[in-house]
Amino acid sequence: MDWLNANNLPWLIPVPPLVSFALIVLFVGRSKLWTSIVAVTSVFLSFIMAWSLFFHTTVTDKFGVTEAGEHIYDLHIFGSDFTWMDLGPTAFKMGVAVDPLTAVMLFMVPLAILMIFIYSVGYMRAYPVGDPHEIRFSRFLAYLSLFGGAMLTLVVADNLLLLFVGWEVMGLCSYLLIGFLIEKKSAYQAAVKAFMTTRVADVLMLVGIGYLFVETGTLNFREIMLNPEVLERLGDANLTGFLGLSAASIIGSFLVIGTVGKSAQFPLHGWLPDAMEGPTPVSAMIHAAAMVSAGVYMVIRMFPLLEAGGNPHHAEYTLPLIIMGVIGSVTALGAAVLGIAQNDIKRVLAYSTISQLGFMVAALGIGAYVAAAFHLITHAFFKALLFMSSGAVIHSMEHGEQHMIAEGKHPPHRVQPGEATPWGNTHLGLHGEAPDDAEWQPVMPDGIQLSFVAVPNDMRLMGGLINRIPVTAFAMLAGAASLAGAPLISAGFWSKDEILADGLLFLTDSSAFEGHAPWLHILVFLSLFFAAILTAFYTTRMWMMTFLGQPRSEMAKHATLKHEHHHGHDHAHDEHGHAHDEHGHVEAHAVVEHHDEHHHEEHAPAQGFDFRAWWSVYSNSFLMQAPLVVLAFFALTAGFVGIHPEFPILEWFTGGHNFFHEFVGKTLLHEPPGLPWSWLPVLASLTAFFVGAGLGYAIYGTPRDADEKDFMNVALGDPVWHALQNRLNLDNVWLRTLYMPFEWFGRVVVYRNIDKELIDEALHGIADAATAIGEAIKRFNRVVIDGVGDGIPYLIWQGGRRFRSIQSGRIQQYLLFSALMLLAVGTFFILQLF
Amino acid sequence: MESFASNPLNLLVFLPLIGAAIVAFLPKGLPNLARWAALVFSIPTLVIAIGVFYNVQNNDPGSSGFFYEYTAAWFPQIGAAWHLGVDGVSVTMVLLTAILVPLSILIAFEHDKGTQVVLALILFMQAAMMGVFITMDMVAFFIFWELGLVPMYFLINQWGGDNRRYASNKFFIYTMAGSLGLLLAIQLMAFSVGDIQGLGHPTFDIPTWLQTWPGYTGTDGNILGIAADRVKYLAFLGFFVAFSIKVPIWPFHTWLPDAHTEAPTAGSMLLAGVLLKQGAYGFIRFVIPLFPDVVARPYSPPGLDFIVLNFSEVLAFLAMMGIVLGAFAAWAQDDFKKLVAYSSVNHMGFVVMGLAMMAIVYATFWNAQQGNFETALDIAGKPLVDEDIVKLGGVDGLTLDDLSAADKAALAEEKYGTLNLTGDTSMRQDANVAMNGAVLQMFNHGLSAAAMFLLVGALYHKAHTRDLRRFGGLWHTIPVYATLLVFTSMASLGLPGLNGFTGEWLIVAGSFRVFPVLVLISMIGLLLTGAYILKGIQKVLHGPPNPEWIEYHEHHHSLEINLREFVAIAPLVVLMLVTGLYPNWILPAINDTISAMLAFAIG
Repeated sequence: MDWLNANNLPWLIPVPPLVSFALIVLFVGRSKLWTSIVAVTSVFLSFIMAWSLFFHTTVTDKFGVTEAGEHIYDLHIFGSDFTWMDLGPTAFKMGVAVDPLTAVMLFMVPLAILMIFIYSVGYMRAYPVGDPHEIRFSRFLAYLSLFGGAMLTLVVADNLLLLFVGWEVMGLCSYLLIGFLIEKKSAYQAAVKAFMTTRVADVLMLVGIGYLFVETGTLNFREIMLNPEVLERLGDANLTGFLGLSAASIIGSFLVIGTVGKSAQFPLHGWLPDAMEGPTPVSAMIHAAAMVSAGVYMVIRMFPLLEAGGNPHHAEYTLPLIIMGVIGSVTALGAAVLGIAQNDIKRVLAYSTISQLGFMVAALGIGAYVAAAFHLITHAFFKALLFMSSGAVIHSMEHGEQHMIAEGKHPPHRVQPGEATPWGNTHLGLHGEAPDDAEWQPVMPDGIQLSFVAVPNDMRLMGGLINRIPVTAFAMLAGAASLAGAPLISAGFWSKDEILADGLLFLTDSSAFEGHAPWLHILVFLSLFFAAILTAFYTTRMWMMTFLGQPRSEMAKHATLKHEHHHGHDHAHDEHGHAHDEHGHVEAHAVVEHHDEHHHEEHAPAQGFDFRAWWSVYSNSFLMQAPLVVLAFFALTAGFVGIHPEFPILEWFTGGHNFFHEFVGKTLLHEPPGLPWSWLPVLASLTAFFVGAGLGYAIYGTPRDADEKDFMNVALGDPVWHALQNRLNLDNVWLRTLYMPFEWFGRVVVYRNIDKELIDEALHGIADAATAIGEAIKRFNRVVIDGVGDGIPYLIWQGGRRFRSIQSGRIQQYLLFSALMLLAVGTFFILQLF
Repeated sequence: MESFASNPLNLLVFLPLIGAAIVAFLPKGLPNLARWAALVFSIPTLVIAIGVFYNVQNNDPGSSGFFYEYTAAWFPQIGAAWHLGVDGVSVTMVLLTAILVPLSILIAFEHDKGTQVVLALILFMQAAMMGVFITMDMVAFFIFWELGLVPMYFLINQWGGDNRRYASNKFFIYTMAGSLGLLLAIQLMAFSVGDIQGLGHPTFDIPTWLQTWPGYTGTDGNILGIAADRVKYLAFLGFFVAFSIKVPIWPFHTWLPDAHTEAPTAGSMLLAGVLLKQGAYGFIRFVIPLFPDVVARPYSPPGLDFIVLNFSEVLAFLAMMGIVLGAFAAWAQDDFKKLVAYSSVNHMGFVVMGLAMMAIVYATFWNAQQGNFETALDIAGKPLVDEDIVKLGGVDGLTLDDLSAADKAALAEEKYGTLNLTGDTSMRQDANVAMNGAVLQMFNHGLSAAAMFLLVGALYHKAHTRDLRRFGGLWHTIPVYATLLVFTSMASLGLPGLNGFTGEWLIVAGSFRVFPVLVLISMIGLLLTGAYILKGIQKVLHGPPNPEWIEYHEHHHSLEINLREFVAIAPLVVLMLVTGLYPNWILPAINDTISAMLAFAIG
């Protein structure tokens, strides 16, 4: 095998993180240092390979596309495959390939993952939980490595099955990571919830994949998507499919359902806000670089199949497109509404993620292929940034909390019901107490408290953090600007603008629809427009509440990322005085450094720079904030590759090209047409941003107290506000209509009624009947034998007894057999005899 | 003729038998000697099985379709012979048996009471299990089939859990009851086949049966003076019930949770790993190829003319019930071992779904080959009616009865385009996919169920309880066990990348076009597979650490998996991973045989 051949390179990209997973699990797990080195190095290797391939394909080789832009399906694409399963005369081939869409993902995913890994090392080093074997840290990085490997596998896959492998392994990793705090009830319940909710969708997606395979004999993307004959046949309801639907519609709908689960679209979105139970880097991984992006990536990947038999640009919508358009719209708007009522900083971001994914899914529903891919990329950058920033915020708040404990003060204390935390984490309460007996009884999943907000996550207790963690504050500002769609300077603006432009096609180029009613376009545009306003609003609210104004709690006053010398809580408790001294000392140090945090490196040499001393204070600060700066750069600039070619003023930059459109568009058989230039979508984007952000600034720009009622609470009234905080009770509805009846059905009907009472009792009845008959015969024998028995020798009598017992056993068996036949075959077989 | 000992298949049966005898008669009071002797005796069998598998995988079967055929006179008076041979399906099962037996012997090391007897019984059972898969003679098959029950009965009855008497009797009587019908059917068929061949005595040779029995319509439509249809149907029932109980197909499954739960760990491993596969193997070897006419016979219950079913559709329905209700019942358990036991019902349901798919397609093509095009098309759900003749350009006034078989075939081709029986292979391809999946699933379930029982047993052996409600929070206390449990659970759940997925996906893909509704309902079962697997993981590993167990672990007995158990599960872990990543290490052998089975009626 020629390892340096670019065609084999895609195989290697996912390998290092997978090897890292194995290494950590098997060998180096006991050493935090080696675990960190192995994990980060592995991702760095993947990153190097992925970017090499990206630049090779984009700059040097350009996928062998001819100058005329000709594009045929057996065109040179980087990749190779091998026989994976022999199936009759044919075989299923497993392979990898890099086409333009994959190349773009190979730019984004490894970069985001690398940043997440570096950040994780900083974040988890100081994670405030202990464990008997000190393996928690390495467990975390091992899961993360597997997660990264799975995502890269998914990206380089050239067929749906390998994609599905990565997809499901990520599902497992997210289960393991969300439930990372194994002792915490809400954590493992959130993990099970995430796994089961996505599995609802995955099992249907599995059917879709299977159906596609038997219908086409392949799952290779190029062989299906770039082959007009196959698409035409699948799209024709008369040739394939049933129930009046074409095969493409059925398969497409199943695949879209897969995305609804994975990308947390309504009505399967409930797991994602709960996924915040995982440590923050997990949230970044799940919500940005990997899992939820994978869902959207898959439908983008399969788009030609989803639209087969229709044409969204002419308002001929196929079933999968309608599902995507409607569900995406509902999700984008609904999640944005819920986002304004959250006080947990991570939960705001969770809802914004659901909402933004709704944007992409809805965009795809109206055929905005390139816009959806574009938003996927920009969103990944700014959402990873936002989550990691929020992690830094939470971390600094936890530090403030520990500071208070060290000073002998009582930090705000909220006990989550059903919570037992033997490691003694104060803000989770109940430390040191043995868990109550109820824990081992079968219980309903009441661990997840929808309105519960952990203290360090509570934005009402923050405020003024811009002075404590300025780098984080500005990085997060960049991310927030991008999420809100700040005009011109943010990546999110350009991608969201393109989606809105596609939605507005019914106004800007109505002739395209050839008389069909573009109802889906109208629906998608209207909901996304209002969702964009709300997005700008809650984003502004979040950033303002966190960073501006005065600190609203003692914790916020002492929040910092520097030094983690007493991250063990027991340590802080047991050696209270000592910790206090040490803390006081370091805090003083921090105050000195405080005003010139950006310039410490210049200061340091003057004092004789001591790297160890610097590292001991700033390691976490550095490891957690350097990735933020990198991502902030991309969150602001990534949008410049996708500017409309006729956008005024910027023509000098674009040179009349929409780079992203031209590049990614080549993935399809026919490059999608560019949109006509119009001011309307730009106006819509600007309106959305300025209305939303302006309102947010007007309302939350003023100082407020921690206990003060939220303005929106006052405006909407308590019932509505609480309903929003409780997610409109949808989770409860699922619980009561699906989980509980299913559980009851399994326990009572299937196991007790059917298996135990019906089937087993029938068997026992047969056995009893057989025994009774055997007994009767035995008695009859005794009477007969007794009647003539006087003259019969003892030995014969004994022999008869032996024989009798054998015989009765056999009769039991024969009777059991015949009765079993009756039971077994039921009416069907018996009646067939007549 | 080659000598007896030079044929590896003979060795596969007799080496374990000799081993069992030697272990049983080793001097008493030396349990360690018995342990290592038993292990040593199981290794050559494994080596031979690997060699046999390798040759089957990499060579052409030749005209007979069987490898390593060996025939010797055995019981000429009744026409029974010592006839051995393997094809791709049976060699896969032989390999599975050979892999699992040494591992279960390792696990059986844990018995201090009657060590010698346990180990001898396991070796004895290996001989019987091997015999079932490799024999080509019906008498021998039946003897091996019954012999396999005996050691298992004693293992459960003597070394089982609290409810062992009930479980062992239920297991033994239930399975035995099923076998009696099989025995009668075998007698009847042996006489008939002997008649057809003109031998003057019955014959039990399986390849002969496969050639002559399916097309046999009796003398003047009668067999032994009774209408041939009815006789064939009764014979079919004998086979069907016997194998259904063994698989087990819902609703014959209730012996399984009891037997699996009460059996000692080594017994559970073999019971779930191999014995269940004998039932499915019986379907592939006998029911489907011997009774295509019975399988295909459409039937309406009286008064319900709108319901037209045939046997394969009923089988698919029962498969769906097994998948869904098995998963529900597994979810309802608080006993860890019973949960795993019920998961077998769920997983074997997928195998049955593949069997149903194979049955319907095999019957379709068999009928087409016999010239019964209408029957074939009816089974395939693509019926012809008289009007089609005119519609498609034929002469008015003709009915289907006037047409020759070839004309009907052409008509069907015209009506159904590329999706008809003769011109297109899509239906056959679907069956091939589903059946490859079913055999792969048999192998995979053998690995993962054995591994699951091993892990449950490893915990039970130390904690002396299987009650899930009493565990919790053990993840960090027993990290190696936790990792293995999560891994094995995921393989069992069907996580892509591990073995369970490959088989399930092939079955779902292959069956969907023929049984779309049933497959979709089955997905509820696949969903709940997640629920019960996660329940197991969560109840043992998640949650606040139970101080009772921490105390027990630190001061009384370590709960962590021990080295012997680790060595026993390691090969299974490796195989689960390898099969998930590259199923083609085993699939070509299976595929060759299944393709050959389906290839008999290419239009």
